[in-house]
Amino acid sequence: MQIFKNPNFDFVGWRWPALGLSLVVIGIGLFLMLTRGVQKGVDFEGGTIVIVHFHEDPDLARIQGALPDATVQRYGTPETRNVMIRVKRTGEEQGTDLSREVDQVLSRLREANVGAFDETPVGTKIVGPVVGEQLRRQGMWATVLALGGILIYIALRFQFSFAVGAVVAVIHDLLVTLTFLTIFGYDLTLNVVAALLTITGYSVNDTIVVFDRVRENLRLMRRDNLPHIINVAVNQTLGRTVITSGTTVLAVLSLYLFGGDVLRGMAFTLLVGVLSGTYSTVFIAATIAIIFQGRKPLKGQAAPAASASARPSRRRAVS
Amino acid sequence: MNKNLRWKIVTIVTVFVVFFASGVYPMLASRYGLPAPAWLQAQQLKLGLDLKGGVHLVLRVHTDDALRIFSTTSSEQLREALRNAGVNVAGITLDSPTVFRVEGVPADRDAEFRRIADEQVSANFDRSSSAGGTYTFRMKPNIEADMREQTVVQARETIDRRVNELGVAEPNIARYGQSQDQIMVELPGVSEVERAKEIIGRTAQLELKIVEAGPAPSREALLQASGGQVPDDQEVVTGAGDGGTSYYLVRKVAAVTGADLRGASPTIDENNRPAVRFLLTGDGARKFGRVTGENVGRMLAIILDGRVQSAPRIESRITDEGRITGSFTSQEVADLALVLRSGALPASMSYLEQEAVGPSLGAASIRSGVLASLVGLSLVVLFMLSFYKLSGINAIVAMVFNLVILVGLMAYLGAAMTLPGIAGFVLTMGIGVDSNVLIFERIKEELAAQRGVRASINAGFGRVFLTLLDTHVASLIAAAFLFQFGTGPIRGFATTLSIGLITNLFTSIFVSKTLFEMALARRQSPGISI
Repeated sequence: MQIFKNPNFDFVGWRWPALGLSLVVIGIGLFLMLTRGVQKGVDFEGGTIVIVHFHEDPDLARIQGALPDATVQRYGTPETRNVMIRVKRTGEEQGTDLSREVDQVLSRLREANVGAFDETPVGTKIVGPVVGEQLRRQGMWATVLALGGILIYIALRFQFSFAVGAVVAVIHDLLVTLTFLTIFGYDLTLNVVAALLTITGYSVNDTIVVFDRVRENLRLMRRDNLPHIINVAVNQTLGRTVITSGTTVLAVLSLYLFGGDVLRGMAFTLLVGVLSGTYSTVFIAATIAIIFQGRKPLKGQAAPAASASARPSRRRAVS
Repeated sequence: MNKNLRWKIVTIVTVFVVFFASGVYPMLASRYGLPAPAWLQAQQLKLGLDLKGGVHLVLRVHTDDALRIFSTTSSEQLREALRNAGVNVAGITLDSPTVFRVEGVPADRDAEFRRIADEQVSANFDRSSSAGGTYTFRMKPNIEADMREQTVVQARETIDRRVNELGVAEPNIARYGQSQDQIMVELPGVSEVERAKEIIGRTAQLELKIVEAGPAPSREALLQASGGQVPDDQEVVTGAGDGGTSYYLVRKVAAVTGADLRGASPTIDENNRPAVRFLLTGDGARKFGRVTGENVGRMLAIILDGRVQSAPRIESRITDEGRITGSFTSQEVADLALVLRSGALPASMSYLEQEAVGPSLGAASIRSGVLASLVGLSLVVLFMLSFYKLSGINAIVAMVFNLVILVGLMAYLGAAMTLPGIAGFVLTMGIGVDSNVLIFERIKEELAAQRGVRASINAGFGRVFLTLLDTHVASLIAAAFLFQFGTGPIRGFATTLSIGLITNLFTSIFVSKTLFEMALARRQSPGISI
């Protein structure tokens, strides 16, 4: 079976509308992030999570009533009768005081008489402000350094303009994913940031396949201009791009549907990221490479006769 | 079948058997009660805290405490030496954990002061002088750094001993984060988080000091006899008394400390209340015997972490053992004996992060993780079969191979599987077939260009190799930073992803190509279903 029989779409011709669409989505995302802010989970903001097991089916509205400043939601399947309660505070980072909020939550549940529950919570997580701040910084650095590492690697293996294209595509995917996370109200947790970093790798992976084809075509199509060469490469690899994201989406979808509450945010991030990564591979990465390369000759391609003034490129074996 | 191909098949089967036996088989064996040797069972893939249930803690060691103690001890030594030499100074005060100041050095004794100070503390402190006979002693930067480092190392060792005494299997105690004073403690299978915190974080600094005055109901009452002043070589400590706090004036220098202990165990006192019995080392016993012998009839304060637990009267000279009494429960006594046995922490600590996962949550996570894996696997298998027909089997075999090696390698390396790790596992399925897809699409292209089957397959694998190398390296770069960034569960994710990437190179290129060669070797007129 073949999805595309000799595809010959003019992807490069659609580059401006595609770029516009991306900018609109990212614009909405940035607007939401700036006005509403990205919701950070306890990992980055500090706070207390208590997961309580109730003996009878819990009444979430009454629990919320007893803890007005907490986020109250069901945890796991309904028959487990577990409720997750999240407060943005922690006890002081002094001695063993950090977990004081857990006792507060439990005693307020007891006072409000919302039904019997296990005195020992089935799970607790308390992150003090120090660790929260530390993780925030580390997460940011990890992302920046990963992007830098990839930029350098692609610049060494391909052209610098390709590296810029790949990195812009990755940043595009990160922003689009953040936009969707904000719209759908997912918290930024450690797992979500891990997923974002994975997207970084995945998106580049996809882009490299196209660039690799461009690199190969450069030798075969010496007289053609870069936009055309890129368009051919995108079309040649289209089947592979779609199939690969297909299998990845299937895997991630099963994670989203069956992986449970802990993995939901992570799976959602991966889902959006993979789709965006495919889109950016086809429409964004190459476009940026074309824009950035401008009229300069490429490594490995003879300078076009028309631009004799251009400096002859350093000839270097590709691949 | 040619010889080359036979060797490839032997290699592949061997690799499969080895990794299946080290990773997948022990899991199946323990799940379904199949026979497996003990060493193989022990090798089993470890589960992370989030799947197994347990407690994760991050502590900060207040290294300032250790510096303060050291500066205090040094300044006391200097005071003692000055007194012996008859150099009277107005006062010695601690300005910060690393700085103390001597005021009012008489001008005519200045040279002698300098000589004594150099003798006593110049190895560790820099001296600077200012007007009016004031000297400031500042701890040398390298000494300070060493001492902070030592403090954290010692704290880690002490926690290690305590956790061992608690009998936790496979604990993980390690330095944490980039800041130098944090320690992470992971206790699998532990559910009583508050008790664990209490035991690990307790300083457990035991000091036995001679009581000079008290107990008194207030500080003022205590100091009446000494004219409202605390004498230089004494200090005020508090403890629970009849109906409120009792104040004691004790000697600054302890008769014995926790460092002199040889052992501690739970016992009961004469009123049948739980108490802790302690034994002293030979050295400690000599010191204790001398001090108690000189002070018969006086009270001895038993001070734990700065609070007086009890202050019994010394009836006669005591040498090698004693008892700590107070209002303890038997659990408290057992825990106190434990922390005394394992030694005092060199500094106080506080908790920065804690997480407890109950066994039921962990089990639920395993269930949903396994379900998601199976569904993901089936979906990808169906997809590949419908797209690539028989060659799809090739890709699926390569993928399953990849997963088996991944699990086997993780078990062998002792890397823990976490819930995000399972996500990485599922992701590896989806991304892993990518390499095969890339190769297959290339083979299709070559076939469309009217090349022979064999040539097409060779060209497909040959041309794609560099692409695969580039994509894998780029993904590994991202995964490496992910590993750097995370701890525990996230590291599990990064590990799974990285190992999955590396094994994928082997399976998609070597295994998959061998499968094609096997298929071609069987047929007379080569054709291919792709």
